[in-house]
Amino acid sequence: MKANNISRLTRIRTRSAWAFLAPMLVVLLVVAGWPLGRTIYFSFTDASLDLISDARWVGVRNYLEYVDFGDGEGRYYGLLADARWWRSVGNTIWFSLVSVSIETVLGLIVALVLNQQFRGRGLVRAAVLIPWAIPTIVSAKMWAWMLHDQFGILNDMLMRVGLISDPVAWTASPDTAMIAVMIVDIWKTTPFMALLILAGLQMVPGDLYEAAKLDGVSATRVFRKITLPLIMPAMLVAVVFRSLDALRIFDIVYVLTPNTDATRTMSVFARENLFDFDKFAYGSAASTLMFLVIALITIVFILASRMDLEGKNS
Amino acid sequence: MKLVNKIITGVAGMAMLASGALAEDLTIVHGSVGRDQEVLRRQLDTFEAETGNTVTIVSMPESTSDQFGQYRLWLAAQSSDIDVYRMDVIWAPQMASHFIDLNPLVADIIGDFVPAAVESQTVDGKLVALPLFLGAPALYYRADLLEKYGESVPTTWQEMTDTAQLIMDGEHAAGNTGMYGFVFQGAAYEGLTCNAQEWINSSGGGRIVELDGSIEINNPNAAAALTLAASWVGGISPEGVLNYKEEDARGVFQSGNSVFMRNWNYAYALAAGEDSPVRDLFAVTTLPSGGEGTSSAATLGGWNLGVSRYSEHQEAAVELVRFLTNYENQKERAIVTSRPPTLTAVYDDVEVAEQQAFIPLWKPVVDNALPRPSAATLRSYNEVSSAFWTAVHNTMSGQGTAEENLAQLEQELTRLRGARW
Repeated sequence: MKANNISRLTRIRTRSAWAFLAPMLVVLLVVAGWPLGRTIYFSFTDASLDLISDARWVGVRNYLEYVDFGDGEGRYYGLLADARWWRSVGNTIWFSLVSVSIETVLGLIVALVLNQQFRGRGLVRAAVLIPWAIPTIVSAKMWAWMLHDQFGILNDMLMRVGLISDPVAWTASPDTAMIAVMIVDIWKTTPFMALLILAGLQMVPGDLYEAAKLDGVSATRVFRKITLPLIMPAMLVAVVFRSLDALRIFDIVYVLTPNTDATRTMSVFARENLFDFDKFAYGSAASTLMFLVIALITIVFILASRMDLEGKNS
Repeated sequence: MKLVNKIITGVAGMAMLASGALAEDLTIVHGSVGRDQEVLRRQLDTFEAETGNTVTIVSMPESTSDQFGQYRLWLAAQSSDIDVYRMDVIWAPQMASHFIDLNPLVADIIGDFVPAAVESQTVDGKLVALPLFLGAPALYYRADLLEKYGESVPTTWQEMTDTAQLIMDGEHAAGNTGMYGFVFQGAAYEGLTCNAQEWINSSGGGRIVELDGSIEINNPNAAAALTLAASWVGGISPEGVLNYKEEDARGVFQSGNSVFMRNWNYAYALAAGEDSPVRDLFAVTTLPSGGEGTSSAATLGGWNLGVSRYSEHQEAAVELVRFLTNYENQKERAIVTSRPPTLTAVYDDVEVAEQQAFIPLWKPVVDNALPRPSAATLRSYNEVSSAFWTAVHNTMSGQGTAEENLAQLEQELTRLRGARW
C-alpha cells in the first residue's frame, strides 16, 4: 500500500517535471533541432544558396564519391577526401588544444590570486572580466591593429625593449598567424576560465585550510592535495565549455587571417563554401561533420576524465 | 501571410498614390575605400533635396570578398532591405538573377558609357548593373627618391625589383631603416588575385583561365613571375605584405615608407591630399611588364550599381542609379576620389584634366584593362579565384615552389571545371 503511494507520488512528480521541461524542449527543438536537421538534410542534396528550394537528393556525394574517369583511372571526391577540410580540422584541434590548455593554467592562476583577501579585490575581479565583455569582433579588430607589422603597437614595444630587431608580420607569416589567433583568444577567454574556477575555489571549505595550516603542511602540498582535487570537477566543466567554444572558433580567424591555409578552421571552411563558393550543400556537409567531430571530441573527453555529469558523487 | 502582406502593401501603395506622397526611403550598400563614403553622402544629399526621397547608406568592410558573402546572403533571402547594391565588376555573372534588367530603363543614356564597362555588366543580354566608376591600377613611385639615386622609372618587374632594392639599401644605410621597396595587396583575398594575374599576364603567362575556358596557367612564364614575386616578400616588401589589403599598402606608401606601390586609382587623390607627407614626392605610371615581347597588364576593376529585384522601390532606385552615374556626379568623383569615370565624355572634361591629370592619362589603360575570368568561369568564379590566390599566397609564404603550387592549381581548376564551366 505504502509502496504504491510512493510510486504514485513519483509518477505525479515525473509528470510535472516533464510539463515544466516541455516549453524548453519545444524551444530547443525549434531553434536548435530544426536548423540542425535542415543542415544535415541539405548535406545530402545539391542545394545552392540561390536555388535552395530546388535542392535534389544526391546521397552521400558531398561526403565521398568515387569518380571513374573512364580510362581505368579514378579519384575520390567529397569532403572526406578533401585535404583542405582535413587541414581545417587539424588547425581547429591544434588551436583548441593549445589555447584551452594555456587558458586553463592562466585562469587557475588568476583565480587563485582573486581568491585571496586583498584591498580592492572587487575592483580587480570586475576589471579582469573586461576582455571577456568586449564583443569578439571588436577585440579581434583591435588586436588586428595592435598586431599590424607596420603600425602595430606590439612590434613597437618589442622593438623598443630590444627583443626583436625587425617588425614581425604576426598575421601574415604562416609561422605566426596561428600564434596570433591564439594570443587573441587566450587574452579574451582567460577571464572566463578564471571566473568558473574561482566559483569552484569558493566552494572549498575554509576549515580544511585551517586544519592543514595547524598541521604545518606546505603551501604546494595544500594546493596539490586539497585545492586541486576539490576544484577539479568545476575545472573540468570549464574545460568542456571552453573546448566546445574553441572548436567552433570563427570570428577571430575571420577578422585576423580569413583565407589562409595556416589558420582556416572548420567554421571558416564551412562558411566559405556555404556563402562564398555557392556550394551550400558542401558547406552543409562540412557543418554536419563539424558537429560530429565536436560531439565525438566532447564525449571522448567526458569519458576519459570520468566526469560526474549526473551529480552522483555530490 | 503572404496574401495579407500583399494586401497591406497594395493598400499602402494606393494610399500613397492617392495622397500624392511619392517620397520614398531608399537604402544603398557599398564598401567604402578612401573618400568614397564622404562623396557618396554629399551626392545623396543633393538627390534627397531634388527628389524628396531619403537615402540611407549601409557601409560594408573594405574586403570585396567579405562584401560578396553578405550580399549573397541578403539576396538569397530575397531581402527587400537594400534597394541599390554597389557591385564589384566581377560579380555580375554570379548574381545576375537577383537584379532587374536595367537595359530598357537606361536605353537613352547607355551609349555614353565606356563600352567595356557596360559589357562587363551584361549577362546574356541583361544589364545587371550600371557602371559607376572604373578601376585600373597604377604603379605609384617616389619620384624624389628615383631622382636622388639617379634611377629611371622601371618598365619591367625585374628593373623595379633592382631599383627598389638599390634605393632601399641606400636609405637603410642612411639611417632610414623603416624604408621598403614595394608594397601591394598580398593578403589571401580577391585583391591578391588582381595583383598576381597582372604579374603573370604581363610576363607572358596568360590568364588564370583563358577566354575559352581552357586552363593553361601551369606554364614556365607564370612560374617565373611568381618566383620573382615570392622573392619580394621579406626583401623589398615587408613580410606583413602577405596580409595587406589596399589601405594597408597605402598606409605604408603614404607615410613615406615605400619606394613603389601597386594600388587602384583612389589612392592617388589621397596620397596627393593636403595632409599627405608624400603629396609632392610621388608620381604614377603604368605597371611594369615582364620584359621584351610582353606588355603591361592592369586588372579591370570598378564598381557598378544594381537594383535589387526584391526592392520595393524599384522606380526610385533606378532614378538614384541614374543620378549617381550622371555627368556631374562622375566628374566630382573623378576630381575628389580620382576614380576613373564610366562616361567617355568625362575623360575629355577640361576641369577634370586640370585638377586630376591622372584621369585623362588613364583612359588608354582603362580601355586595355585585363578582366578577371569571371565571365568564363561563371558560378565557380569565387572558388577559382580562391584557388588562385591560395596558390600565389602559398608560393609567397614559402610553402612550396611556384612550379609545385601552379601544378596543384592546374589540377584544382581542372577539377572545378569538370566537364565544362
